[in-house]
Amino acid sequence: MQIYLPIAEISVNAFLLLGLGGIVGILSGMFGVGGGFLITPLLFFIGIPPAVAVATGANQIVASSVSALLVHLKRKTVDLRMGSVLLAGGLVGAGAGVVIFNYLKSLGQVDLLVNLCYVIFLGIIGGLMLIESINAFYKTRSGKRQPRKKHTWIQKLPFKMRFRVTGLYISVIPPLLVGAFVGLLAAIMGVGGGFIMVPAMIYLLGMPTKVVVGTSLFQIIFVAAFTTLLHATTNYTVDIVLAILLLIGGVIGAQFGTTIGTKLKAEQLRILLALLVLLVCAKLALDLLLQPSELYSIGFSS
Amino acid sequence: MMRGFGIIAATLIGFFTSAQAEESIVLGLNQSEVSISTDFTGSEIIIFGAVKRETPIPDGPELEVVVTVSGPSKPVVVRRKEKKFGIWVNTDAVEVDRAPSFYAVASSGPLQDVLNRIEDLRYKVSVPRAIRSVGAPMTIKDSSAFTNALVRIRTTAHQYQQNESGVTVDQQTLFRANVQLPAALVEGAYDTRIFLTRGGVVISQYQTLIDVRKVGLERWLYNLSRNQPLIYGLLSLAIAVAAGWSASAAFALLRR
Repeated sequence: MQIYLPIAEISVNAFLLLGLGGIVGILSGMFGVGGGFLITPLLFFIGIPPAVAVATGANQIVASSVSALLVHLKRKTVDLRMGSVLLAGGLVGAGAGVVIFNYLKSLGQVDLLVNLCYVIFLGIIGGLMLIESINAFYKTRSGKRQPRKKHTWIQKLPFKMRFRVTGLYISVIPPLLVGAFVGLLAAIMGVGGGFIMVPAMIYLLGMPTKVVVGTSLFQIIFVAAFTTLLHATTNYTVDIVLAILLLIGGVIGAQFGTTIGTKLKAEQLRILLALLVLLVCAKLALDLLLQPSELYSIGFSS
Repeated sequence: MMRGFGIIAATLIGFFTSAQAEESIVLGLNQSEVSISTDFTGSEIIIFGAVKRETPIPDGPELEVVVTVSGPSKPVVVRRKEKKFGIWVNTDAVEVDRAPSFYAVASSGPLQDVLNRIEDLRYKVSVPRAIRSVGAPMTIKDSSAFTNALVRIRTTAHQYQQNESGVTVDQQTLFRANVQLPAALVEGAYDTRIFLTRGGVVISQYQTLIDVRKVGLERWLYNLSRNQPLIYGLLSLAIAVAAGWSASAAFALLRR
């Protein structure tokens, strides 16, 4: 069934979009990543103009994240307090990121920088996570339990706050900084930042994996909603028909994703996410390294 | 006085046109407007007509017909990738001042036989002539490679078409052309031109507009997104949140 999209101005297969939204929804529910780093390239691939793909992707992320978050709220695996602290840092970081992004745009080559950023961050995060989670996986198998909480300099910082759901009593400074840093990268790279936020919460803040997914979803909703509004009012690139098709698949996929997520062990979940991150990284790296079949591309002049 | 002048001018123009075009075009279209609705998957325009003449069919080369349909133009930037420090990056860019979003040429025979080069240049008929590029920077010596790439990419996407058997001419009097509009269509006024040629020279031409418009829901959403962007954005978010909530509620019921 073909449907003509009013803003993208092309006709696309509705079932293809439903399926695409579904896959991203499953990932969203399982890992707490928004899926922006996955859906945008997939939309480019089926011929949606890049600007429309980025803006509409953000809207779809809001839907699948809400769908998955509600399940996590029911299971009480969302730390709202931690989420709010991260979000506060995130909004400040995102604001700074937009300024940096516009500055880089005036210098040119912003696409290249975004791609390099992706490859470097995805590579580092994916690699470290894979090694750590495989080690953890074998350790739990052999029956030894590694001590998770370590007393580091983080414990000595002031402004301590009790995060009951997470089971942490730490200073608000590290979560604020993590939030700000992720917000900064997210604004530059044009994504919600879930795939950076999730590992950062696990490894930097020492949060348990089960709580991380819901908490990450909580803050992604706000970041993605803000991005959607920004694109809708400045670039007019949110395609509501495209968004609806994607989010029907997305919200249903997210429900299945959360179910799969609860059936897996924390280490298995981390291994899978690490593999996914590395896969996207490898794809982007190949795009930069291999000679493209078409050297020329068409863009609209501003 | 003014009126007398007007009459003289009118007769002069009348004489001039009749001398130039002893054969003129009477045109029909199967649709003078194309409506883009939600289920739009492309459209076919049939352009048909007859050649009106007061005198018998002249001897010499056969009558040929060329039809062009051109969508709204927008300046575009064509970028080229080059390998630098081991990775492929965009380096050179050429701005093309005029590139129609859609362009189709249909002719009753091979275009180079039906229309000679000078006439092609004058009326900008063939695909490369329909694009105009003047702004190539001094550092780029092969700017034609960029316009060629533009034509190549858009031809692959069926946005540019050249069909050398797209027009059938019957008894040098009746003609009929089919132009296939792709599903990815931009709205606007599509300029449609019909040329009659003999021996590669244009003897008569006719021009009309085909209106391509979004209708119904497509129209309403497009207008809302431009005129009330904040409401449109909030509406998108409301739909997203509502869909997320209802999916979770529905699944909660199913699991019970």
